[in-house]
Amino acid sequence: MEAKKIGCYICTGCGIGEALNVAALEKVASKEQKIPVTKSHPFLCGTEGIALIRQDMANEGVNALLIAACSHRNKTDEFEFNIPLLDRVDLRDKVLWVLEDGSKDSTAKEDLQMMAADYLRMGSVKLKKMNAPDPFLESGFSKDVLVVGGGVAGLTAAKEVADTGYRAILVEKSDQLGGMVARMHKTTPTLPPYRTLEDNPVQGLIAAVEGHSRIKIYKGAAIHKTQGAPGLFDVTIHAGGTETTERVGSIVLTTGYNLYDPAKLDKKLGYGSSPDVVTSLEFEEMAKAGKIVRKSDGKPAKRVAFSLCAGQRDSNHLEYCSAACCSYSLKHALYLMEQYADASAYILFQELRTPGQMEEFYRRVQEEGGVIIKGDVEKVEKAAAGGLTVQIHDKLVRGKEQLEVDLLVLATGMVSSVDTTDPNNPSPVGQVAEDAARYVLNLQYRQGRSMPELKWGFPDSHFICFPYETRRTGIYAAGPARRPMGIAETITDATGAALKAIQVVESVARGAAVHPRSGDLSYPSFRAEGCTQCKRCTEECPFGAINEDEKGNPLFNPTRCRRCGTCMGACPQKIISFANYSVDMIGSMLKEVEVPAEDEEKPRILLFACVNDAIPALDMVGQNRSKLSPYIRIIPLRCMGSMNLVWVADAMSSGFDGVLLMGCRHGDDYQCHNVRGSSLAETRLSKVSETLDRLQLESDRVKMVEVNIMDADTLPQLINDFAAQIASLAPNPYKEF
Amino acid sequence: MAYDLSFARDVYKNSEMGHWIKMCKQCGVCAGSCPLGPHWEFSPRQLFQMVRAGKKEEVLKSHSMWMCTSCYNCIVRCPRGLPITHIVHGLARYASVKGYADPDQVTNRFATRIFWTNIVSTGRVGEAMLTMRLYFVDGIAAGIKQGLEMKDSALGMLKAKRLNPIPLRGKIKGYAGFQAMLTKAQELEEKRESGV
Repeated sequence: MEAKKIGCYICTGCGIGEALNVAALEKVASKEQKIPVTKSHPFLCGTEGIALIRQDMANEGVNALLIAACSHRNKTDEFEFNIPLLDRVDLRDKVLWVLEDGSKDSTAKEDLQMMAADYLRMGSVKLKKMNAPDPFLESGFSKDVLVVGGGVAGLTAAKEVADTGYRAILVEKSDQLGGMVARMHKTTPTLPPYRTLEDNPVQGLIAAVEGHSRIKIYKGAAIHKTQGAPGLFDVTIHAGGTETTERVGSIVLTTGYNLYDPAKLDKKLGYGSSPDVVTSLEFEEMAKAGKIVRKSDGKPAKRVAFSLCAGQRDSNHLEYCSAACCSYSLKHALYLMEQYADASAYILFQELRTPGQMEEFYRRVQEEGGVIIKGDVEKVEKAAAGGLTVQIHDKLVRGKEQLEVDLLVLATGMVSSVDTTDPNNPSPVGQVAEDAARYVLNLQYRQGRSMPELKWGFPDSHFICFPYETRRTGIYAAGPARRPMGIAETITDATGAALKAIQVVESVARGAAVHPRSGDLSYPSFRAEGCTQCKRCTEECPFGAINEDEKGNPLFNPTRCRRCGTCMGACPQKIISFANYSVDMIGSMLKEVEVPAEDEEKPRILLFACVNDAIPALDMVGQNRSKLSPYIRIIPLRCMGSMNLVWVADAMSSGFDGVLLMGCRHGDDYQCHNVRGSSLAETRLSKVSETLDRLQLESDRVKMVEVNIMDADTLPQLINDFAAQIASLAPNPYKEF
Repeated sequence: MAYDLSFARDVYKNSEMGHWIKMCKQCGVCAGSCPLGPHWEFSPRQLFQMVRAGKKEEVLKSHSMWMCTSCYNCIVRCPRGLPITHIVHGLARYASVKGYADPDQVTNRFATRIFWTNIVSTGRVGEAMLTMRLYFVDGIAAGIKQGLEMKDSALGMLKAKRLNPIPLRGKIKGYAGFQAMLTKAQELEEKRESGV
């Protein structure tokens, strides 16, 4: 590989040239950091500026770029040179805009210049320590997609995968495709104007899938084992007495849902006390068979009560809303009213929730005469004339009422079908409920054989930002396997997951990461001889990317890796690194900051900020021209999970007076892009007081805060308060050592 | 029997705008929007659910639908687009027709005994006579007391030419036509209410 030749380009536009002594900065780069090519330009992102850089790349052999201008989140298209070695130093958003206030005060000007020079130093060192990543490429990558579960979600996913030109392998445990929806009479509307029942889509979907040349189907099948990683999954399938191993690139998990067991419901709902108390599925099957009748005597059932939330949103049963039951109960009411002109349909609800476009359908059912009642069933008794007497607590007319009905239909909720037994007692965020699981995929991962769950047993990942993602790279959950949802949403969901499954096989083929560091070609490597087999990296990886080899050393699966660097942060031996990101790189950067002598009374505070949320928030602080302490120095991290404690010790021994870590929110409503990064950083930090004690320093010099991308308004105060608190302590005695 | 729908179905059919009642989704925005809300026994939301629950006696004997001042706040805000003001007036009319309305309920009394006779006699509203009849409806002493209480307002309105002091100005032009219109309207209304 040719030698690295760095070019440093300082933009003097946007007021940088007026506020800073650019000649001095150039000197920092060329003399102090010995960067061979250093230039400045008044409009670097303009045509001329870009041409200047390109010329040097062509004529001077510059192959690594240090661009000192605005935030790396600006002008990304302009500063795209298709080279792996490029770093941006932010002189504008995080220096000029947070310090410059037009004063002629010489101390302020000096502080501004010092901050800019420090960032330039850090950028130079970072680029010097950075190597071009060598992507992980192997022969044997498969681009086929395995779809597990042959219901509406699975059929849709397989069809979408195949229609896009990829091969799909569909595995269904029963002998027939179609899943739960196959048992239904009609479906709630999926198309405008969202007012009419639609014919069951399952038969059409099955025909399309069975006739597709790019879809291979296993029926009556079970997955015995899934080993490997994206691009290299080897899945052992048992079907019809034979065992087959399929190599696939990615997996879409569409195992659907189970219905909550009605026998477990409260006695007051009356299930089992009379044949006229039925579940929604029983009502559905009755409608499909043609006639809605009292089960007890076969007489027409014209007065029917539908009890929504039969166990849902009840801490004794299912704590969560099952999302689809309100809509399907409205559908059942319509079945009834379409069958009998003089029917009475009573819909007993807690809150009628009609996600998607179902409000239109709700309107339709009311137009037809469906009566909604907000209330609970308190008692169910057999009526003398047949049918039931249902005592309700009617919250709308504020009293107890007796309903005479022919049938009471209980809308039971959806329970996860993926590796769970007790939906109300999920394992903590990011961990695997190993003992209770039934292993849909039986993953051969060191972290466990089941899919990690988010909440209530569902293997969902982040609740808003990353639909379909699970904590197992290359495995995407869709439909009610992911979280409770109705048919329209399931179809959209399965289509989305199919696209994610294709995206991952294509990324793997290029050696690139998927979300959130899409396109990143680096991956972790480790120096085996330094490993003490402490297993922290294998335990802490949020995606279970690391297995163990037979000697007990970590065995990286690069295609499972999301490049967050959590392993690097976890390693006490500091032997895990990426070509372009390492413990040494960040450590060297912070050591490059010039710390003023104790008597100058200029403290230095190091900010480690997550690039996903804290850095954009800091950019916005600059855009708002909010003022920050001139004593802070910011180092962006891929994820707080990559924060290695040695940096805190390094910062203290380099004379920094305080360290502030800014990670994403963690816990149940986490916002960390890598699930557990910020929470792991906090756990590690709880041990930092030992280090500080050893150095005989106050433990409140180091603090971690949760920062949201929307926090630009509160961030300045948070940072400045911390700076003031640090200033109130005596200076770090390790300065000048 | 609770939620027997025969009363509700009759209201849907025979009360003006009554068919809208089945569309109420019980959000309560009308109750929260009504400036007289705290003074109603039942809010529109409750009235509508009571209709659906088959509580005929309670609904029709209630004074609630007579409390509406037609400010239209509820209509503007109803997320389902129910013409609530009109539905409520319809229910008041329905209660009258069915013989449930209390003749001494103040709004009913004003509307049927004072306002109606006033406008029908001449074809226009005579403000002075209307006000007098309203004030003296509970007897002479009460009338004088209320008149004195309101005298400043009355003088102010006189000055601003918002009150015509001449009690009787005779009938409007084309009074016969006006009467014919009323007769026809009543005829149509009776026809509708008899369900023909």
